Amino acid sequence: MIVLNINGNPQQVDADPRTPLLYVLRNDLKLNAAKFGCGLGQCGACTVLVDHEPVFSCLLPISVLEGRYIRTVEGLGSADKPGPVQRAFIEEQAAQCGYCSAGMMMRAQGLLEHNASPTDAQIRDYMATNLCRCGTQMRILRAVRRAAQAMTASLEPVQEASK
Amino acid sequence: MLMVWRLLAAVVVVILVGFGAFYAWAWNSEIPPANSSGASFDPGIIAKGAKLAAIGDCAVCHTRAGGKPYAGGFPLETPFGTIYGPNITPDPQTGIGLWSEAAFRRAMRSGVDREGNHLYPAFPYDHFTKATDSDISALYAFLMTREPIPQANRPLALTPPLNWRLFAAGWKLLFLTRGVYQPDPKQSPEWNRGAYLVTGLAHCGACHTPRDTFGAETDDHFGGGMAEGWLAPALNASSPAPVPWNADQIYAYLRNGFADQHGFAAGPMQPVVHSLRNVQDSDLHAIATYISAVSGPQNPAEVDRRTKAALEFARSRDMTVSPKPSVEPATTGSAATRQASPGAAIFAGACASCHHSGGALPISRPISLGLSTPVNEPDPTNLIRIVLGGIHPLPGDRGPIMPGFAGALTDRQIASLVSYVRSQFSGQPAWPDADDVVTKLRQSTPPPMEAP
Repeated sequence: MIVLNINGNPQQVDADPRTPLLYVLRNDLKLNAAKFGCGLGQCGACTVLVDHEPVFSCLLPISVLEGRYIRTVEGLGSADKPGPVQRAFIEEQAAQCGYCSAGMMMRAQGLLEHNASPTDAQIRDYMATNLCRCGTQMRILRAVRRAAQAMTASLEPVQEASK
Repeated sequence: MLMVWRLLAAVVVVILVGFGAFYAWAWNSEIPPANSSGASFDPGIIAKGAKLAAIGDCAVCHTRAGGKPYAGGFPLETPFGTIYGPNITPDPQTGIGLWSEAAFRRAMRSGVDREGNHLYPAFPYDHFTKATDSDISALYAFLMTREPIPQANRPLALTPPLNWRLFAAGWKLLFLTRGVYQPDPKQSPEWNRGAYLVTGLAHCGACHTPRDTFGAETDDHFGGGMAEGWLAPALNASSPAPVPWNADQIYAYLRNGFADQHGFAAGPMQPVVHSLRNVQDSDLHAIATYISAVSGPQNPAEVDRRTKAALEFARSRDMTVSPKPSVEPATTGSAATRQASPGAAIFAGACASCHHSGGALPISRPISLGLSTPVNEPDPTNLIRIVLGGIHPLPGDRGPIMPGFAGALTDRQIASLVSYVRSQFSGQPAWPDADDVVTKLRQSTPPPMEAP
């Protein structure tokens, strides 16, 4: 039995320790945001955050994840209360088929946690490991920029108050 | 007492005369500026120079990341400090626009710039000195017809007192053997062409030959060195490759960045392969012929035996991996002990989908890890670097993608993974220092992205 910290909730998992996280998320925990794309670390559809770093959950056995902080799209917000990255993707309509969106949003979240106002070149560089076959890349870039602005704006009153 | 003073005076005089003689030897006059702008060169000569520049891979050290080609700024880390490759575009102020061909030839042969300053041997003139006059002329024609880029050179960051350029003169006195390559009449023209390129403009030994405490290449030619924090494996008889390299495999590796008995080019070898794309087949075959001969006279039967044994060993070790959670691991013996290790679980979940024989990767399939040089090297540096950072094609290039695991696995997990891979896929002794090397390499690897 392995205990995983997913979106802040401890979850008991009864699975072979060699099982990649993606299968546990989808099959055992019914957290279906992360997608199986290639299963080979080539497409990014399965991207989740582990300790603030975007990782391919299809290539990460749960044996290495005890005590680490795992986040999926379900942890960013809900349909009723979307988080800033989710809201930006909706407002920019940054999806066609939507299969890559969960991975894109998690990688964008990871980027913005490291770098609150990335340049265009930094966004392209960081997002390069995640593929979209529909051609919505320009919308995704706009969504990441919008999310960065929204998150920075929402931080400003807090900074004011702390002065 | 008088004797002692006389002796001391004599010693001082000898030192002064010696230093004066060294200084006179080391002094080089400035070569007057030449107005090379608008100079015209034969297009055939320029094209020849382009191929030679590709063989020498001049662009790697003379281009910074994201910068204009040949405009300089690449940081070359050495044990003595950081040297930034200078601008070698024909810009008159910041590049070599004022250099005559004589000044360029002196730099290539003797490591002295146009104004007479000694250049440090990070510029591998100990190799370039072997280039023929006509090849140096062609390189000059190629460089002088590049786009002039005004980009000031970054000052060198060498440990004092090495920033005193007379040290470079002293280095040359001790280690630089000037002279154009002399063909060996006992060898074939192809071997000689390969030797000329490899020991000259291609300067393979600059990375693949070990260096002594003065930074000079030792006599253990192609015995393995370092390049930008990666091991540059030995190419001679002490090569760690399980299957002995032959000319066909070397040619394939240099031409396509992949040899089916050795794997993909990674690390600092990637830009080398990229640059060699502009080189004609005949020169790559010549290089392969010479490099394959470097490991010494080979007994074909012995090579054949080692090749078969390595292929068989790699296949047998592939068979004992339990690739998927649904497959039960081996239950007895040392194989069972291996499969019970934490590294085995990580391999099964993180690596096996591509690296187990029958892995699902449809194109650019990796070779059996038992044949991999990084897995069989005496030092885990290259394998750990690949696990941390993965393998990615250069921008705009095609090539295999292996994701890096720096963000996914802790130091301890990476150490147990590479220790498992070592014991499962090589017949070599365990790496005693895998933990320390992971920690060291992670500290020297920049974090994925920090705020500007």
